[in-house]
Amino acid sequence: MDFKTNTQPTGGAALAFLNATIGYDRHPALHHVSASFPAGSMTAVVGPNGAGKSTLLKAAIGHIRPIEGDVWISGCRRTEIAYLPQLAEIDRNFPLPVFDFVAMGLWRRRGAFGGFRRDDDEDVARALAGVGLIGFEQRPLDTLSGGQLQRVLFARLALQDAPLILLDEPFTAVDDRTVGDLMDIVTGWNAEGRTVVAVLHDLDLVRRSFPRTLLLARRVVAEGSTDSVLTAEHLAAARHYIEAWDEAAPYCEAEPAR
Amino acid sequence: MTFPDLLSVFTDFAFMRRALAGCLVLSVAAAPIGVFLMLRRLSLTGDAMAHAILPGVAAGYLLAGLNLWAMTAGGLVAGLAIALMASAVTRLTPLKEDTSLATLYLVSLALGVILISARGSAVDVMHLLFGSVLAIDDTALVFIGIVASITVVAFAILWRPLVMECIDPGFLKAVGGRGAVIHVAFMLVMVLNLIAGFQALGTLLSVGLMMLPAASARFWTRRLGTMTALAMFLAVVASVIGLTASFAANLPSGPAIIVAAGVLYALSVTFGPMGGLMARFRPARHRTG
Repeated sequence: MDFKTNTQPTGGAALAFLNATIGYDRHPALHHVSASFPAGSMTAVVGPNGAGKSTLLKAAIGHIRPIEGDVWISGCRRTEIAYLPQLAEIDRNFPLPVFDFVAMGLWRRRGAFGGFRRDDDEDVARALAGVGLIGFEQRPLDTLSGGQLQRVLFARLALQDAPLILLDEPFTAVDDRTVGDLMDIVTGWNAEGRTVVAVLHDLDLVRRSFPRTLLLARRVVAEGSTDSVLTAEHLAAARHYIEAWDEAAPYCEAEPAR
Repeated sequence: MTFPDLLSVFTDFAFMRRALAGCLVLSVAAAPIGVFLMLRRLSLTGDAMAHAILPGVAAGYLLAGLNLWAMTAGGLVAGLAIALMASAVTRLTPLKEDTSLATLYLVSLALGVILISARGSAVDVMHLLFGSVLAIDDTALVFIGIVASITVVAFAILWRPLVMECIDPGFLKAVGGRGAVIHVAFMLVMVLNLIAGFQALGTLLSVGLMMLPAASARFWTRRLGTMTALAMFLAVVASVIGLTASFAANLPSGPAIIVAAGVLYALSVTFGPMGGLMARFRPARHRTG
């Protein structure tokens, strides 16, 4: 996407998990996970349902605190991360046109009170054009299809101009053409030097488009170049590791890190 | 009597003039609150809070008589206490916010009525519950003006994060906006307006001037700014009609204003182009693309 007016070369931010145990109600969804996402990298996070993929992203933006271990971000503040949740709790009946909704992406630049200048308006228009939604500025959100709403969310992500972009299953319930368009945008973000982490289920798409992969199954099964991670043995191991949630699971005796 | 004759009550009687001024200012402040309560599906929260402030107002009344500032302070304390207790119960127990708020406001309302009837007369109860235009003296007018000014300034500051908190709270949280602070500030402004309204409309009906015009405006436009302006206008119209009718037919002012707003609401539900009943029964024509 073309952002010449406002994009100084961003330089990606780096994200790392150091022996992090993250979970709900003392049951870990992620158990002693160490993984790193270097600046400027583009990584897919894959794994079976319940592997802790969404939890990993929520911990990165600080919605969940690790029970143990650390989450490191370098290169940007935590609130500067652009995050697309799996099921955004968006009230689509709220009477707000697409333009205003996308303009929320300028929060970092304009905050609660800053006035919108002409170049802000132009940036919003350009972001909408970048996702193929020219002419949608005044449409209310509830008239959009699922794919169009996903494009709107991507336009807002683009406006956030973030050095680190986290996407939680961004391509569920959208058609192939939309996946293609949105994937091009993601690749473009990475080409601009931004760090991209995306939770995905479509392994073919991961093989085609993501250089790095992290395979999770409540622990790290494999991490590295996509070819070396997505092997038959690793995938079988990942399926094997997913046990049922055990209410009476004994407390973990592993030595706390540090 | 013709319509201009009816309106002459405002020029002829000072207390009607004060009542009108109070109601007009209240309308402008309360309408945007109603719009956001409606859009956040918190309409009944406004109602619950209106009941919840009663024991505080009553305590102020018992301690200091019909003293505006004592009643206001009491109402503020009671309203905030109920709001905070409700959210504490919601966070710490399995009860949802609607249930915890309902239990608290019912007890609060009962306490309020007991407090008033312990010392006051039935007239006092009626006055606090349903209001009286005669109660709008200069002090009350000044107070209403202060509250309305606070409301307008608060909305100017809160508007953008409030819209974001309504439409996509997760995003506001992710970019570092403080959703909880926004929510508390909004509730505070709402409680202030309810207290300002009870002089004229009573605790039970002051929430009506918030909700009815907002719900009516929803049937005429899908734009937030227009909806807010229209809600203000409808509240003003309801105030003028209600006060006039209340004088002409010797009706209690609060209920008269709310019934007027109710008539406007019924018209909106019936004829409003955005989902009104008539729009539903119009022959369905569709465009080609």
